[in-house]
Amino acid sequence: MSMNLLRFIRRRSGSAPVARERLQILLAHERGLRSQPDLLGILREEILAVVSRHVVLDPEKVVVRMDRGKSVSTLEVDIELPNGFEKKLAVAS
Amino acid sequence: MAKVLVVTSGKGGVGKTTSTAALGAALAQQGEKVVVVDFDVGLRNLDLIMGAERRVVFDLINVVQGVAKLSQALIRDKRLENLWLLPASQTRDKDALTDEGVRLVIEDLRTKFDWVLCDSPAGIERGATLAMRYADEAVIVANPEVSSVRDADRIIGMLDSKTAKAEKGEQVKKHVLITRYDTGRATRGEMLNIDDILEILATPLLGIIPESQDVLRASNVGSPVTLNNAASTPARAYADAARRLNGESVAMIVPAERKSFMGRLLGRRAA
Repeated sequence: MSMNLLRFIRRRSGSAPVARERLQILLAHERGLRSQPDLLGILREEILAVVSRHVVLDPEKVVVRMDRGKSVSTLEVDIELPNGFEKKLAVAS
Repeated sequence: MAKVLVVTSGKGGVGKTTSTAALGAALAQQGEKVVVVDFDVGLRNLDLIMGAERRVVFDLINVVQGVAKLSQALIRDKRLENLWLLPASQTRDKDALTDEGVRLVIEDLRTKFDWVLCDSPAGIERGATLAMRYADEAVIVANPEVSSVRDADRIIGMLDSKTAKAEKGEQVKKHVLITRYDTGRATRGEMLNIDDILEILATPLLGIIPESQDVLRASNVGSPVTLNNAASTPARAYADAARRLNGESVAMIVPAERKSFMGRLLGRRAA
């Protein structure tokens, strides 16, 4: 009985407030990024340049991803290194 | 002084072409000399919504490339003598439009009309940026739905940065037009309501067009909804919006909640 009532109330309140909140968070981030164009692209280029100084790598294998959360965002950098890159380093030095 | 107005949205399928036709016809009904220009090169549809699809000979690309004169490409509406259509090309792709070519055509249209309404293609690519490039004002069409509102916000950002006016340090005058609005669902919290959308987009409201069968009925027969059934609720909402574009102050009417017959009998809201 109480479950049914709860479900009833939840349905009445609807999903629009969720839509509104998600949009407000998302757009606050997107508007911020707009003024500093392609932050991820710049980060990717600079990370690639730094790592390339020490390791030979394929530019295609560098992935930079941003995940936006409500209070914290995470920056994920995924660099795939070819097997035996340590040997190349040893040869280089 | 002619006004160039772009009807844009970012997202597809929200009602740009329907709104361009309806607002263009409403402005013409109110005595303005109007041309509606289809910028959706390769996927033209404004001709179909205006009911002029069989009268297209030359198009915008022909004019831009100098193959045809503007006067040869303009199609006069059969119902309203001060309403004209400049169709897009169906066969070319959007790269056939050049910035300079568009500028010259818009300049020419400014000398001949009171209103130049540009129907933008969806997306944020070249076609959409060229459609807004020389606009004085913009109508941003949005549905009460998250992806549409997000894209509208993106388009507002582009209007403030990528238009000729923005580059001169001026502002394109922006208006939000909310289409497919269902008051009942918004009241029940099932759909973003007007205040939510306006607060998020921070842009003045031009009008609220209710979800209505009359819109589909009008497009089926190739007539702007404001001409097909001027007494219908969407037609009245578009006519009010057109008056606001013309600087009149018209009270904003939130479309009444639709109730089904059974709903009325039982005193309930229609689903």
